[in-house]
Amino acid sequence: MSDTTPIIRMINVSKLFGDFVALDDVSLSVAAGERVVICGPSGSGKSTLIRCINRLEPHDRGRIIVDGLELDEDMANLRSVRQEVGMVFQQFNLFPHLTVLENLTLGPIRVRRMARPAAEALARQYLERVHIPEQADKYPGQLSGGQQQRVAIARALCMEPRIMLFDEPTSALDPEMIKEVLDVMVELAGTGMTMLCVTHEMGFARKVADRMVFMEAGRIVETAPPEAFFTAPASPRARLFLDQVLEH
Amino acid sequence: MRGLRKLHWLDWAILALLILLAGYVWLRIDGTLNYKWRWQIIPQFLIRYDEEAGGWVGGTLMVGLFNTIRISIMASLLALILGTILGLARCAQNLTIRLLARTYLEFLRNIPGLVVIFIFYFFLSEQLIAAFRIEDWARDIARGDNAWLWEIFFGDMRRFPSLISGVFVLALFESAFVGEIVRAGIQSVPKGQREAARAMGLSWTDQMRFVVLPQAMRKVVPPLASQFIMLVKDSAIVSLISVQDLTYRTVELVTSTRAIFEAWITTALIYGGLCFGLSLLFRRLEQKPGRRS
Repeated sequence: MSDTTPIIRMINVSKLFGDFVALDDVSLSVAAGERVVICGPSGSGKSTLIRCINRLEPHDRGRIIVDGLELDEDMANLRSVRQEVGMVFQQFNLFPHLTVLENLTLGPIRVRRMARPAAEALARQYLERVHIPEQADKYPGQLSGGQQQRVAIARALCMEPRIMLFDEPTSALDPEMIKEVLDVMVELAGTGMTMLCVTHEMGFARKVADRMVFMEAGRIVETAPPEAFFTAPASPRARLFLDQVLEH
Repeated sequence: MRGLRKLHWLDWAILALLILLAGYVWLRIDGTLNYKWRWQIIPQFLIRYDEEAGGWVGGTLMVGLFNTIRISIMASLLALILGTILGLARCAQNLTIRLLARTYLEFLRNIPGLVVIFIFYFFLSEQLIAAFRIEDWARDIARGDNAWLWEIFFGDMRRFPSLISGVFVLALFESAFVGEIVRAGIQSVPKGQREAARAMGLSWTDQMRFVVLPQAMRKVVPPLASQFIMLVKDSAIVSLISVQDLTYRTVELVTSTRAIFEAWITTALIYGGLCFGLSLLFRRLEQKPGRRS
């Protein structure tokens, strides 16, 4: 942990979908450079939690402050927050009608107002970082799932964000492609990036997480360092979950 | 030829029945109606040799056909622009914009096209043409030196006001259908695409311009192509507001020559040939594999 002032602060945040309580009075602070892995059974609100941080889901109650900016109806504020927060989705969500390079340069050119040559140089640099510089001129449909997800990571990094959110980045991948994506994420963790990651990859969590957050039914049930969490989870619910996930 | 050998006795029976029926209708027309066919007069209305100009010129039906084509192209371009705006408005976040678009659409969809066109024509086009002095402007051009250039695009410039109201009226009418096609296209783009664009910090306009619309447009090309063919056929309706399209010219021809069957059959064949040709063309274009598919 390089910094002690939290870069993300969520204070008593609630989110409802109709009658369904997706987040129930959740509070969480994340320090700059910290790597947090969020786990829990499906439907527990993990995805909703990180989707609230870049306001893909507007929260209903409580406060969310990202890098000193409070998330509210104020649009200008929101766009500068979104520049600071990169996101990687389960389904990659690459733009199929654009080449890999165009996928990567769209944000820098349109949002950061970079000139095309500079944006392309930046894009190639990040493609190098995710180990697929040779795929720049292909379309996403021509790549494997693992390659697509790495392009998606590079696309988020091209905005040079301070925070990266990962929403189950390996869940849609064939098993043999999970490693190449996790390797890239481990390397990224090594650079001191603030990361919030929803994943079921417990090996990855053990390797990079500074802190484990366990959620159930829209609440944070347990927060602990990985060693403590994996060896002696405090809550019975977390123990049961770990038994199920780690069994095989 | 291989197809012929596959004909079943049922096919022969149906064909024989159809021939009998056609023969019966023919006899009725020939005997009862005492109709005198004069097919020989038709070709001169398609194309004729002009002694004065010393060359071949289009006959009245051909001039009408070109007007129909002009109107269709201009109206469909305008309808595409209006329809895209309407489609976007239907997907807008703002409730009032959505409701306005919905009202416009329901208004157009639930009133007969003919009535809509009369309403637009008398309440909008007439007023606008008077307000903008389009009539004077067009007459000046018709008298000017560059009249021929304008005539390539708009036909006889003295007829420009009626042509342009035809285009507007038709475009407004078709925009409702184009709007629904565009809306369906926009909604067919997966939600994750918008989310990825939003997460990047793109503005609403940029999300639409760079991410959603390019993908939506690719999906709506086939339905838009068939809507264009619909528009060519619907364009016959503007003959009722004195636009000199193929239908209008046919009505005139029938009045002056009384060659009712010949003229209408010719016109039907022209429309049919045009639209069938277009649908073959669009089918060919669709089958070409897109490089980005």
